[in-house]
Amino acid sequence: MLTLENLSTSDPKVPLQSLSAHFEAGKIYTILGRTGAGKTELLRTLIGLDEISEGAVYLDGDDLLRTPIRARQMAMVYQQFINYPHLNVLDNVAFPLRRKGQGKAAARARAKEALALVGLGGFETRMPPELSGGQQQRVALARAIVKHARILLMDEPLANLDYKLREQLREEFPRLLHENAEGIILYSTTEPAEAMQLGNELIVMHEGRIVAQGDPGTLFDAPPTVDVARVISDPPISICAGEVTGGVLHFADGFLPGQADLILPPDGPVQIAIRPDALSIGGDIEARVSLAEFSGSDTIVHLNLPFGNAVMLVDGIHEFHNGDSLNVALDPNALMLFSQSGNNITERAD
Amino acid sequence: MRRTYQTAKYLCLLGWSTFVVFPFLWALSTSFKDANAVTSGATYIPWLEFEPSTKGWQSLFSSGSQGINIVTPFINSAMVTLIASVISLILGTLAAYGLSRYQFRAGFVKNSDITFFFISQRIMPPIVLAIPFFLMLKEIGALDTIAGLVLVYIALLLPIAVWVMIDFFGSIPPELDEMAMIDGCTPIGAFFRVILPNSVAGIVVAGMFCLIFGWNDFFFAFILTFTKTQLLPVAIVSLNSSVTPWWSLSAFALISVTPLALVAVVVERFMSRGSLAGAFR
Repeated sequence: MLTLENLSTSDPKVPLQSLSAHFEAGKIYTILGRTGAGKTELLRTLIGLDEISEGAVYLDGDDLLRTPIRARQMAMVYQQFINYPHLNVLDNVAFPLRRKGQGKAAARARAKEALALVGLGGFETRMPPELSGGQQQRVALARAIVKHARILLMDEPLANLDYKLREQLREEFPRLLHENAEGIILYSTTEPAEAMQLGNELIVMHEGRIVAQGDPGTLFDAPPTVDVARVISDPPISICAGEVTGGVLHFADGFLPGQADLILPPDGPVQIAIRPDALSIGGDIEARVSLAEFSGSDTIVHLNLPFGNAVMLVDGIHEFHNGDSLNVALDPNALMLFSQSGNNITERAD
Repeated sequence: MRRTYQTAKYLCLLGWSTFVVFPFLWALSTSFKDANAVTSGATYIPWLEFEPSTKGWQSLFSSGSQGINIVTPFINSAMVTLIASVISLILGTLAAYGLSRYQFRAGFVKNSDITFFFISQRIMPPIVLAIPFFLMLKEIGALDTIAGLVLVYIALLLPIAVWVMIDFFGSIPPELDEMAMIDGCTPIGAFFRVILPNSVAGIVVAGMFCLIFGWNDFFFAFILTFTKTQLLPVAIVSLNSSVTPWWSLSAFALISVTPLALVAVVVERFMSRGSLAGAFR
């Protein structure tokens, strides 16, 4: 069990602010956050590359901060493809085993197995610069899992790969990470889909803090704060100003969305969150297209609505042009309410 | 059109090559001439245009009134240059690695100040350093000795090594050191096992510069030695008596250029083999 107690750093870019968390062996934790949320800083601090200013880190009760980096039994995969350029692929993967004192033959044999696992059997004698980006990252991954480290840190390992490779490796990860199944795996990413797909547990970071931790599905369905809702939603969730007056929910401009099964808070201002699938084509709300983009087999349409700007997800590929007018419908059941301070105050009648 | 362009290109290259190689040809032919041949105009082809004589070359290996013996100055020069270059490279590489990876601070002195201190040693005109060096060597009894010259040359070559290597280490991502430590190396281990093997290109370049500057130095060799320890550049100048022996001088010049030319050829081979090609993108 890895325990963080009020971990803080004084990193000038993203200082970590009093993080506390528990991580259990045998689980994959995905750390989701935007660029600058402090994900990399957290991983670097855990492994000992960056110093902490306050707090403590324990691994099974032992103070990790007193342990030198080389003895922390951790492995790390960087966002950049970091391999030893002077060693061939086989010796790259055998390197950590050799440092642990294993004989050359034994280390190479295990390295060979790890390479076969990541799909690089037959590449043993190549030099890293001769490989493609995806292959280089596979070498780095093999070097990380061959150690059977107690903690495996992966810092946006797919960020520098192209779309296709990213999907391919993402699908393979559960199988590859199984190799390290007895350890704790921390996997940072900016992509909600990746975090949901890989993680047994999701940690959401925002501005150097852990703002939510829990089951990915639960967090997606009921994000505790508006910041979490923003980080976790892709395509982005839209937040509009609203108010409850006399027991009726309306947007700031007076538009009444209907309230279906929502139990409304007492009168006062609220933030209304519109998920991209809450909007659909065909309805009586007049909208103007400000941007349309394709994502795989969907179309993401940015709309100017009478009550604010929102994003709509439409199945299939549709041609929209900037300035097009269209009528849309809003499903009140897919709305979420947040207080002015950002807390989730959505309640529904069962 | 293309043909004309090619012809013009090769003509230009030929012209430039002649311009570069000509002084060597001139020196080579002169080194086989005697006094008569030297003064009878520009001639290049032995036996046909002049009668070759090995007097120039012989004089380099004889002594006394016959000429000056080149062997001792050559060995002196080689020793001073090699020892000073190797020590400068070792110290310079370690210093540059420290400066590129760790932040030092002593009062107002920071990394950039230390780096500038090294470089400032080369900004000053040599004459400024000559008197202090002379007095210091005199104080420790190292004037006119190999050891004294080695000390002074280290002071001159170290800034070059530090300068080149800081730049080189800057091109190696620090994540590589970090990865080595994560994989079980001590900080020193990371340097020797991972960074150093990836720095061969930088070390070769820094070594080249050290050898060139060390081998070619005349000023300090002239100021800090008298009779016991003579270096090659000083020995060449001492040939210049009332009658200039052009034949000896030419042979001498060719010999003194040879070691650096050999180093250049070796490094060029090494480079074209791809060992120096950037491993980092």
